[in-house]
Amino acid sequence: MPNHKLAAAAKAAFPHTIPILTGFLVLGIAYGIYMKALGFSPIVPILISVFVFAGSMQFVAGSVLTGAFAPVSTFLLTLMVNARHVFYGISMLEKYRDLGKKKFPTIFWMCDESFSINVSAEIPQGVDKGWFYFFVSLFDYSYWLIGTTLGAILGQFIPFDTTGVDFAMTALFIVILVSQWEKEKSHISTLGGLGISLVCLVLFGADHFIVASMVGIVLFLTLLRRPIERRLEA
Amino acid sequence: MTNTQIILTVAIIMGATMLTRFISFLVFPAGKETPAFIQYLGKVLPAAAMAMLVVYCFKGVDLTSGNHGAPELIAGVAVALMHKWKHSMLLSIGGGTALYLVLIHFVF
Repeated sequence: MPNHKLAAAAKAAFPHTIPILTGFLVLGIAYGIYMKALGFSPIVPILISVFVFAGSMQFVAGSVLTGAFAPVSTFLLTLMVNARHVFYGISMLEKYRDLGKKKFPTIFWMCDESFSINVSAEIPQGVDKGWFYFFVSLFDYSYWLIGTTLGAILGQFIPFDTTGVDFAMTALFIVILVSQWEKEKSHISTLGGLGISLVCLVLFGADHFIVASMVGIVLFLTLLRRPIERRLEA
Repeated sequence: MTNTQIILTVAIIMGATMLTRFISFLVFPAGKETPAFIQYLGKVLPAAAMAMLVVYCFKGVDLTSGNHGAPELIAGVAVALMHKWKHSMLLSIGGGTALYLVLIHFVF
């Protein structure tokens, strides 16, 4: 792959990741500060961000690491918190199929944000799709590492109140949902996802609703397969 | 925890996280025809997953006490309306976040 093709893909990918830049820097810094407050040396949150790279799970990891050593429950807890990645994997099977050497890092860096961009972005003609997916994922990963490192090292000296800046991420997801709504032929899946998640949130609470929602959504889509497929083909 | 236990715990979290990321690609590898049902899920799941993520963002909102989630709901609706109106990603996200900051720091 010639270098100018790489540069073109990186250039096309970068603007899509700007909202993530702000969100991840702020959240990453918050994570570094949080881990420092729990008493870990800066290298711990930095290494966790390098090797795990999963925002909400990393905060959970902080509390797990301050408790007793419990390998089995840690393993199960991680599967539960990150189970939504399985969803993303199924959705990206075709798109990530022929990535070659880029496949491992691109899947390793798959997160809510890189998924939401790569699943919905309209990649300009002439830009290599594989490299576009790769760079979106790499940029998001870099922002998280930079944020964590800043937070871990400089955290305690930051004087301003960053409460609420992470709403940028909520806003990003809403924007994607609205664009998706305007493009899709059938709203059944979106409405089902919204309704089932809300009901599960009320029933099971903030800490447990994700797994229940995923089971509910798969059941819902399985039961409504015929009507949905009919609308998609129409 | 000892340092060894900390390293082991992080390794377990890393392994389980990688499992969630890679399992779909391992079970349905390239070159093999993906079952029709899985292809169907791949087509319709993303929409439901994005909707679930939006709900996920609001999971910490407490409707029964404090400000009853008003700042989150107002800013959230504003983002959706702004995006329907102008279709500018940066305006919707920047404007929505700015509105949210004003709401939580100065209004509620």
